[in-house]
Amino acid sequence: MMRRYHLIPVAIFIALAGGLYVGLDPDRNPKAVPSALIDQPVPEFALPPVEGRGLGLASADLRGEVALVNVFASWCGPCRVEHPLLMDLAAKRVVAVHGINYKDQPKAAAEWLLRLGDPYTRTGADRDGRVSIDWGVYGVPETFVVDRAGRIRYKHVGPLQADDLEQKILPLIRRLQG
Amino acid sequence: MIAELGHYALILALVVALVQGTLPLIGAQRRTPAWIAVARPAAILQAGLIGIAFLALTHAFVTSDFSVVNVAENSHSAKPMLYKISGVWGNHEGSMVLWVLILALYGLAVALFGRNLPPSLRARVLAVQALIAVGFLLFIILTSNPFERLSPAPLDGRGLNPLLQDPGLAFHPPMLYFGYVGFSMAFAFAIAALIEGRVDAAWARWVRPWTLAAWCFLTAGIALGSWWAYYELGWGGWWFWDPVENASFMPWLAGTALLHSAIVCEKRDTLKSWTILLAILTFSLSLLGTFLVRSGVLTSVHAFATDPERGVFILAFLVLVTGGALALFAVRAPGLAGGGLFAPISREGALVLNNLLLTVGCATVFLGTLYPLFLEIAGGGKVSVGGPYFNATFIPLMVPLVAFVPVGSMLPWKRGDLAGVLARLRFAGGVAGATALAVLALVEGTSLLAAGGVLLAAWLAAGVLTELAGRVQLLRVDAAESWRRLVRLPRASVGMSLAHLGVAVFVAGVTGSVAWHTEKVQTMRVGETVEVAGYQFTLDGVSEHRGPNYTATSGQFTVTRQGAPVTRLRPEKRIYPAENMPTTEAAIHSTAMRDLYAVLGDPAEDGAWTTRLYVNPLIAWIWFGCFMMVGGGLLSLSDRRHRVGAPVRQAVRAGVLGPAKA
Repeated sequence: MMRRYHLIPVAIFIALAGGLYVGLDPDRNPKAVPSALIDQPVPEFALPPVEGRGLGLASADLRGEVALVNVFASWCGPCRVEHPLLMDLAAKRVVAVHGINYKDQPKAAAEWLLRLGDPYTRTGADRDGRVSIDWGVYGVPETFVVDRAGRIRYKHVGPLQADDLEQKILPLIRRLQG
Repeated sequence: MIAELGHYALILALVVALVQGTLPLIGAQRRTPAWIAVARPAAILQAGLIGIAFLALTHAFVTSDFSVVNVAENSHSAKPMLYKISGVWGNHEGSMVLWVLILALYGLAVALFGRNLPPSLRARVLAVQALIAVGFLLFIILTSNPFERLSPAPLDGRGLNPLLQDPGLAFHPPMLYFGYVGFSMAFAFAIAALIEGRVDAAWARWVRPWTLAAWCFLTAGIALGSWWAYYELGWGGWWFWDPVENASFMPWLAGTALLHSAIVCEKRDTLKSWTILLAILTFSLSLLGTFLVRSGVLTSVHAFATDPERGVFILAFLVLVTGGALALFAVRAPGLAGGGLFAPISREGALVLNNLLLTVGCATVFLGTLYPLFLEIAGGGKVSVGGPYFNATFIPLMVPLVAFVPVGSMLPWKRGDLAGVLARLRFAGGVAGATALAVLALVEGTSLLAAGGVLLAAWLAAGVLTELAGRVQLLRVDAAESWRRLVRLPRASVGMSLAHLGVAVFVAGVTGSVAWHTEKVQTMRVGETVEVAGYQFTLDGVSEHRGPNYTATSGQFTVTRQGAPVTRLRPEKRIYPAENMPTTEAAIHSTAMRDLYAVLGDPAEDGAWTTRLYVNPLIAWIWFGCFMMVGGGLLSLSDRRHRVGAPVRQAVRAGVLGPAKA
């Protein structure tokens, strides 16, 4: 009896070590926070375009085709990092790319798009950030994949990397367009 | 060249550690004196070699040798000398070298001062230490070589994270490591005792000072870290239940339990297998902390360069060390004979309760820290466990623990009289009740919970003082005689009282800073005044200036109270161009009763600035309490009974010092 009792610590430890080993999975990102909005319809909103652009962005615009919605700001460094990828994506016309301009000065946003290029079909100027809050945005950049029915299907936090696009986002978009 | 020398010394140290970890162990088993004798010189040699490696790395940092990758990535030529040196352990690789250096220094201490240990026990202890060193040296050499070269060498380094460029943080990691690694001594003694199959009072006498020393370092290290978080991160808080904080707190809780159970083991020759188990768990939790910080398994504000590959290595090592130790425990512990019997109401009983509460407290912190990971693995989604969980589970366990301290330390060994002890504590109870009622009546905004905190702190302080007063016969003999008695009390027992008083001060500090804390966040224009808890903060101006390796924007506040000037505060926002990273430097005006705390935030529109202003009552007591705990530990350590190398004096111990000491 005594011996069995003394085995309890080893048993607990083995279970713990197993759990920690699984936790080491390199594909696991402990920092990722899943969005509660996944598979939910996009929030109701209507935004005017960024200064100097023609088309604004509203929830109605996101129904009918698969779209990528990118939340960006001219003051955001990582947005500049992912910008070429968005330009590339827009040039290839794989998917409609829309932008929500988060808490930005109208002039700064317009100049940013003018100087770096404008990958967005439609833009929405979210000056006070209210619409972004409805989208569950907690930092820029964030990127959402929206399906034909206007539901959010995927959310990417932080700048897009080529790997993220190739391995996760584009396959999903192809499937949704399928 | 010097870097290569350091690398070479590390490899030699590994070879020495391999020898030290095997020959003495076999020798002790076969009773071969020559093999047993290997342990001592090997430990000295190993400490020397790791010392050389550490010095070589320090040299590279001090001379800004950017051809070494580690220096190029973590140092910068414009950095002040103190941070060039602290940069050695401000990164993953260097901190591991410091880790093994401290391990080797502890081994050196056993080799030099362990003359009165039975040779076979000493050989086994040193061998276990060496085996731990083998693991870490392999880890460094295979996955984290700090001496790797870079060609071509960059013109300047990337700099040390500016948050770490702070005197408090320069010494926080070494303190923590002396604590973490110090518990390896208790662990090595536990394994050696399990191998020998014998745990006796002499063994416990040996383990106690090492545990106490490690505990002092760890307490100081945690307190320093929390103080740093308070003034450097600019959030106004001092403890965040972050996984990495918890990683250092768990060994502290287990180590505190070990400290107390080792007393029972020594004085009463009982609770042996429990003490051994605690020694194993305490060090295992230190290793687990290392794993959690460096593997990236959990998300934390303390982003060490995490790497799953390193994680696998540390995990494998953890499995070998802890799994092996626990398996050995399962085989050997049932054979350890139990010692003296005791009634539930007794000093032993009180210390068992202490251990129970501390280990359950440790378990709740453990669960809260790892729960998100295990829930996610089990497919339960992502959660984060924060302050509310810990406040709801951990604090209710600590309240009875603190409340029982005065009672427990007055109970005699074997069998005690609870009613008698409580009668002696009547006065302390009265003082505590009166203090709490006075605070409730006089201090505005005191909740019942806050009054409870005051009650607890006052009860503990009054109880500890009552016990001390009883010991020196205060008021029963004249004051001069009482003083003579106090001076002649064993330092260990005065140290205990001091440490327990430190706990009381800590509890008061926590209560004050949580219950009466005021915080205001707003935008302020120059010239504007904001009132926080009776203090008027006026923003006089904002200016730019230049430091050695940063540029700063600093705000000037004048603080007045009822028209009288109190102080000027100059919080800063710094930009470190080498790292392109901003930091906030809170400005703090500290007195015994309260801290004024100001943070300058980002500029808002039209020349206004975001500012955060806090008044934190009693917060300095938190660190002063920790300081008293460490002081108590050190005082106790200086007791000649504990002094490393002092011969065992069975007769003296049983006769003169009497039963009422700890």
